[in-house]
Amino acid sequence: MEKKKVPAKIFKQEVIVFLVVIALLIFFCVASPDFRKYTTILTIMDYSYYIVLMAIGVAFPLITGGVDLSIGTGLVCYSLAGGYLIMFKGWPTGLAMIVSILFGLAIGTLNGILIGVMDLPPFLGTLCTCMITRGLGSICSKNTGISWPTTGQPGSWFRSIFKYETAGGTKIPLGFLWVLLLAIIMHFVLNHTKIGRYTIAIGSNKEAAILSGINVKFYHIMAYTISGLFAALASIAYSAVFKTVLPGTGAGFELEAIGGAIIGGVSATGGAGSIIGTFIGVFVICLLKTGLPFIGLQANWQQIVTGLVLIGSVMVDIIKKKREAKK
Amino acid sequence: MGEVILEMKKIDKSFPGVHALNNVDFEVKRGEVHALMGENGAGKSTLMKVLTGIYTKDSGTIIYEGKEVEFHSTREAQDAGIVIVHQELNMVGHLTVAQNIFIGREFKKGIRIDDKKMNEEAKKLFDRLNIDIDPTMTMSDLTVGKQQMCEIAKAISHDAKVIVFDEPSAALTEAEIEDLFKIIRDLREQQMGIVYISHRMDEIKVITDRVTVMRDGCYVGTLITEESTKDDIVNMMVGRVIYEEPKTQSQVAKDAPVVLKVEHLNAGRMVQDISFELHKGEILGFSGLMGAGRTETARAIFGADPKESGEIYVNGQPVTINSPEDAVRAGIGYLSEDRKRFGIVVQKTVAENTTMADLPNYMKGLFIDKKKEREVAKKFVDSLATKTPSVDQMVINLSGGNQQKVVIAKWLCKNCDILIFDEPTRGIDVGAKNEIYKLMNKLASEGKSIIMISSEMTEILRMSDRVVVMCEGRKTGELMIEDTTQEKIMNLATRDIN
Repeated sequence: MEKKKVPAKIFKQEVIVFLVVIALLIFFCVASPDFRKYTTILTIMDYSYYIVLMAIGVAFPLITGGVDLSIGTGLVCYSLAGGYLIMFKGWPTGLAMIVSILFGLAIGTLNGILIGVMDLPPFLGTLCTCMITRGLGSICSKNTGISWPTTGQPGSWFRSIFKYETAGGTKIPLGFLWVLLLAIIMHFVLNHTKIGRYTIAIGSNKEAAILSGINVKFYHIMAYTISGLFAALASIAYSAVFKTVLPGTGAGFELEAIGGAIIGGVSATGGAGSIIGTFIGVFVICLLKTGLPFIGLQANWQQIVTGLVLIGSVMVDIIKKKREAKK
Repeated sequence: MGEVILEMKKIDKSFPGVHALNNVDFEVKRGEVHALMGENGAGKSTLMKVLTGIYTKDSGTIIYEGKEVEFHSTREAQDAGIVIVHQELNMVGHLTVAQNIFIGREFKKGIRIDDKKMNEEAKKLFDRLNIDIDPTMTMSDLTVGKQQMCEIAKAISHDAKVIVFDEPSAALTEAEIEDLFKIIRDLREQQMGIVYISHRMDEIKVITDRVTVMRDGCYVGTLITEESTKDDIVNMMVGRVIYEEPKTQSQVAKDAPVVLKVEHLNAGRMVQDISFELHKGEILGFSGLMGAGRTETARAIFGADPKESGEIYVNGQPVTINSPEDAVRAGIGYLSEDRKRFGIVVQKTVAENTTMADLPNYMKGLFIDKKKEREVAKKFVDSLATKTPSVDQMVINLSGGNQQKVVIAKWLCKNCDILIFDEPTRGIDVGAKNEIYKLMNKLASEGKSIIMISSEMTEILRMSDRVVVMCEGRKTGELMIEDTTQEKIMNLATRDIN
């Protein structure tokens, strides 16, 4: 009998991924002098926020054994909707943000109902809402690019949530703190609340959960609602970091988020996962994305390398499962 | 009947902890339908699996067409002409009839699959069986009966000389069974040897020539069907006398209140008009053969499967149970026969599984109170004597008996007063079985009421205060333990319902 506790195992996975991040950082710093700059850190941070937020959210459907493909186009859609209200209707930024968040919650809940209640396969259900949100985004923005207030304009306060500029002109990536805080909160939610416990139970043995008298439908929906909520939070981060949001984009963002979650130890077949791990896992992807151009490997290579890293981490998960089954 | 085509002599097979086959003899002649009978677990399937190469025998000989043989896979057995028609059909619903029959050995024309030839060949097979099925139909459009005929066609397409039917009539309607018998008689005419495994006494009388009975992994005897009565066969099936300390008297107080009353429950073919009462502190045994509808009845009561009609009263109050959630709220807990699939979450700890059904009571505001959770888990580990290094142990690492205790703890934690144990000791070794029995008796004496579904006669006789017997979705009898005998149960369990 093995006496190891699983929390310890997951913790180990987090440590391994963290070491990978450190190793990548050292590698890029050694390989490229240009990489060793403060602005690089700022760039990595800018690119990471929205992916981390999406990844934290999508970890929940992944742990139920499902997936949420709608978060990428959803993100752009919520951002366009909020931005449109500011740009063309003169709404205050705060109110527009609330609209974006409600929009995300609604789409997430819709996903949950499609999958948890109407029993659509998660892949298919969220693929449908992926297309729907892409269309809705274009309609909301009347087919034009939308910019949330840029620095200097009234209502641009939200940008300094993520990147704070001191009086001396130094830029501080404050967003990292908020994103880390959210990751810690959601880590706690996954491990210490009913929602988290039942999310894992659904992914691990849905039948047993039903026969234990748990309202599985409700908690199944909640997993997707959380995913929608975090896609909406990601949309705010995205709007704050980038100047213009274009309708029709967003497809593919979800893959980076899902990749990060899986690298961070979320089981590709559900039933187990770690949010802190997910948080660190995303930085593996962000580092590759930002770092590879510094050593002369352009966009195409980034994608290939990211794909290979993903295969590797999924294989680790599968091998682990097989070993457990053999015991 | 012709000469002997297949002879199995002194077959022996052990699994860890179980002597599954003990010196078993069995033979089939050409042009004979030979019934293989016995209680669940008597060793019929194991014997057939040894024959067809799924299991390797420990000792003994198999003589087929005069030569000693040993098959290492079903494929080898098939090639030699021995095939099984399984109870569960192995068909690909989306393919056509012909594509299914020739799956894995398709006719080819160059690199293309030659569907035309396959359809023609399938048609020839059907002609040989005198059945009318269009080979180009999609399999899932056929009735279960027709699908089974395709399975038979597939079997004889291997040029079979011996066909084993494993409970072929279980899912068929009366008319379909008639058709099946016609086919079997045709095959007998064609001098094939046929093994027919079934629990249905009336079918045995109609279709078979000889009956071989097995019990507890041993060969009991062979009868000529025409010369024997149903009682002869039943006596051979239950002949055993050894069982430990059977209950001779109900332990339930005469005036014990009714805690659960089920009236006219209907849920599909397997649950028809079931009514019974469960008293406080009682262990009510549900006996019957495989497929009698006992698990289906339990799942319908528990709300895991939909009901068509019927009333359920808990402590005299009518309750509506449409989901397991409702059932748990009414104080009913269900321990599934398939623990791994339905009972426990194997990747989680003992503590987490214990509070699974009662988590709302282990919350501190929004958060799970892990300290309290571990305390209660510890309490149940102690009181149920669960063997685990700690409550943080993953349930997957526990033995079957201890996993069962964790499931029991789950329902005790929820404070359920009515517990449905579905095959509580399946896959649990003898020592642990005794512990589970003791535990069930203790729970009953503490005022919990238990429904125990069991296919093991000894378990029913040892544990029950009263026994309900089911057969093919109906309740065929109810016996007080004082006047229960194996023969009475077996008679009720094989009663012909026509």
